[in-house]
Amino acid sequence: MALDPKAQAALALHRFGFGPRAGSLAAIAADPRGALLADLERPGAGQIDNPALMSGAEASRAVFEFNAERAAKDRLENQRREAEKQRLAESGMEAPMAGNSEAEPKPDPTPPMAQQIFLAEAQARLDAAVNAEIGFVERLVWFWSNHFCISAEKVLARPGGYERERIRAHVLGKFADMLLAVESDPAMLIYLDNAQSIGPTSVAGINRTRGLNENLAREILELHTLGVRTVYSQDDVTSFAKVLTGWTLLQQVSDPVHGGEFIFIKRMHEPGPQTVIGKTYDDTGVEQGRAVLRDLARHPATAAHVAEKLARHFVADEPPRELVDRLAQRFRDSDGDLKEMAKALVTAPEAWSPAPGKIKRPGEWRVAILRATGRADDIRRMLRGQTTLGEPWWRPPSPKGFSDDNAAWIGGLAQRLDIANAFAQRVADRVDVEAALETGLGPLASQETRQAIARAESRAQALTLLIMAPEFQRR
Amino acid sequence: MACTLHAPSRRELMLASGVLFAWAHVPKLARAEGRDPRFLVVVLRGALDGLATVAPVGDPQWVKLRGERGLKLDGANPALPLDSFFALNPAMPNLHRLYRAGHAAIVHATATPYRERSHFDGQDVLESGLPKPGAVDTGWLNRALAALEPAGRAKAGRAFAVGPLTPLVVRGPAPVLSWTPPRLPPVSDETTLRLLDLYHHTDPVLARALEERLDLAVIARAEGMATRPNEQPRPNGPPGGAAQVRAYFAEAAGAAAKFLANQDGPRVGALAFDGWDTHVNEGTVNGRLATLLGALDGALAAIEHNMGQAWPETVVAVITEFGRTARINGNDGTDHGTATVALLAGGALKGGRVIADWPGLKDADLQDGRDLKPTTDLRAVLKGVLKDHLRVADDALAARVFPASAAVAPMAGLVGV
Repeated sequence: MALDPKAQAALALHRFGFGPRAGSLAAIAADPRGALLADLERPGAGQIDNPALMSGAEASRAVFEFNAERAAKDRLENQRREAEKQRLAESGMEAPMAGNSEAEPKPDPTPPMAQQIFLAEAQARLDAAVNAEIGFVERLVWFWSNHFCISAEKVLARPGGYERERIRAHVLGKFADMLLAVESDPAMLIYLDNAQSIGPTSVAGINRTRGLNENLAREILELHTLGVRTVYSQDDVTSFAKVLTGWTLLQQVSDPVHGGEFIFIKRMHEPGPQTVIGKTYDDTGVEQGRAVLRDLARHPATAAHVAEKLARHFVADEPPRELVDRLAQRFRDSDGDLKEMAKALVTAPEAWSPAPGKIKRPGEWRVAILRATGRADDIRRMLRGQTTLGEPWWRPPSPKGFSDDNAAWIGGLAQRLDIANAFAQRVADRVDVEAALETGLGPLASQETRQAIARAESRAQALTLLIMAPEFQRR
Repeated sequence: MACTLHAPSRRELMLASGVLFAWAHVPKLARAEGRDPRFLVVVLRGALDGLATVAPVGDPQWVKLRGERGLKLDGANPALPLDSFFALNPAMPNLHRLYRAGHAAIVHATATPYRERSHFDGQDVLESGLPKPGAVDTGWLNRALAALEPAGRAKAGRAFAVGPLTPLVVRGPAPVLSWTPPRLPPVSDETTLRLLDLYHHTDPVLARALEERLDLAVIARAEGMATRPNEQPRPNGPPGGAAQVRAYFAEAAGAAAKFLANQDGPRVGALAFDGWDTHVNEGTVNGRLATLLGALDGALAAIEHNMGQAWPETVVAVITEFGRTARINGNDGTDHGTATVALLAGGALKGGRVIADWPGLKDADLQDGRDLKPTTDLRAVLKGVLKDHLRVADDALAARVFPASAAVAPMAGLVGV
């Protein structure tokens, strides 16, 4: 290795984790790679144990009840005002003018339930990243969550529950289990329109005018498993969409106990066998879709696709071929064991190139700032900043998720400077910049960076230069 | 159990994202002719339904195909007639007005060479200008600019401006500037210069990235844009209602036009609007698509207004990665398709025309039995504008801007030189 042990530790924390915290360089300098492997073996690794957080289905029921109650309250209030108007009219008085405080009741200041849930989940996610010892497993959670992304645009209250129940639960488990979990989660079924896809010759299809929607089937093949331009055709997309008909969710109105949970409705399911990528699947109801997903998880094209993405995320836009092959091989040999794949990543020599191949994504960078400075940030400000930087949490621009190419993010450098400047102005009088430099970069800091920080005209400027320095932007 | 799943509401409407990316040079050849052309590319990501934007109301198959969900010349919300065959979505009165004034043209049944149906590959082909998807890192607009000789840099001063995600169409060797409305207090010039100095000594790539953003802010300040208060983004609140989408489109496009109109400003720019992937409850006349088209219409009006005296030298091209299925799908939406429309607007156009070699809508006429068949290569349209408006040379267009496109001749006569 070209780097001394402490520099190797700093590189490990930046590349595979969320950046160093006070003391973490020293803590893992003896064996940085071993520390990453140990991160995978921690009991409860990747899980968030917070009984206050609701499951995705609980959240959707809570939102439904909250909105119904608020609607009822509004209705009563309207009735009261109508009655009042009537009374005034009958007594020959003018109705109160608009703008009168009596006529315009103040809106209820309680934030809508969906927003409360979203904020609590975002806070839990931020805390998990900021407080992690190293953060390797958290980085894996973020990676898989982006791979199987959904959007709060369509399911505002659900992304947190989805990530905890479907991504975190399997982040060190089997790819096939994660795949089955995400594709049957109502958040995904709503996000990619499958919840309302109906088999054209199913009972519901015959009785109604609505029918097939191929969005989810296409994105599973293109984005979640095989990868675009691999082994599937338009016919496979259509057949697979038929297989997935009937995968939907139970409506809140019809069931206050289980509303918002996954349900397979046979009446919506296209009957009969379907052929997907050369294999025919008998109509076994919900099992038909599970069988296709299990085969997709096992397909060599999926191994290659996932290996390439993982290497691109952690190592380089154009990752070394040997590394991708190694990861794909491990995926195939271990039947898609994601912990084994993570081990293969950090034990691969190609993953330890001293030259940083990636620009940190905005969220990684901002968590690293909090860890290096020991500061907390307000969750609302964190979320606003993420939007400004083009990476709003749980709101990817498309089902492809956020880009992992440097070219997509380098354009936001000037906005990072804005964020860095605003952060530094806010906290500079409470941060020891020298200490943050040793904590966050230590041996990775170049002479030029040290000099620029030492000569800064203010503490705020010094802190801005530290977190904008190339060594802090790249990993 | 009744399976009434909730329809996407205004709350769920995708928030549009748009960023201006522009080039700092004035094209030399056009300048020698006494012209000062402006070219703005608007990329609609998600695949615009061309048949719901400009409908072939004169095609006898049309009503059979879309029925009550298609545009019609009668009824409560009639489409706006363009000629004896085509009619425009009623959400776009400004485009209709421009069309009638000869300042807008529509190309129908057009597509890139891409024939599969992945958004992301389709967008790569649309923006890269390559005949096939694959590893790409530069866009056709950038390469077109690289092929032009500059007649002097429009703005040499240094200032500060920002922009988060660079779209592929403008990535490449030619220097690119970006700008989005600032939302945070500005960084002092001193801090910026010190950081730039650090980058110069340690990381030339980051140095260039930061430097390239220093030009546009001068114009932004001169135009009063940097000081205008901007609405805070609302990452946790209910996302964009129709009014918010309209405001955002108009703001982004209007800002782009101000930059392009400025004496010292860039001459070529691009911005992108997301949210056109209408799989469910498309809402051609009253719903989601109508809202988006209305916002786009407002954006075109903002461009016309802010271009001011430069409008007669302006071409705006509105393009998308592919069209949508000819038929409505099972959810009152449309799935990924092939051919669609390209909308052209600007005072420099020979407009007032729908340009289409109409493929027909009978089952046998449809691409793969499902999509509008492409009869005009979108590259021909873009090459025609680049050639006649910006004076990009034929050989550069055929080899570098749109590689391996020698067989696709630039469409002549789009621009009224």
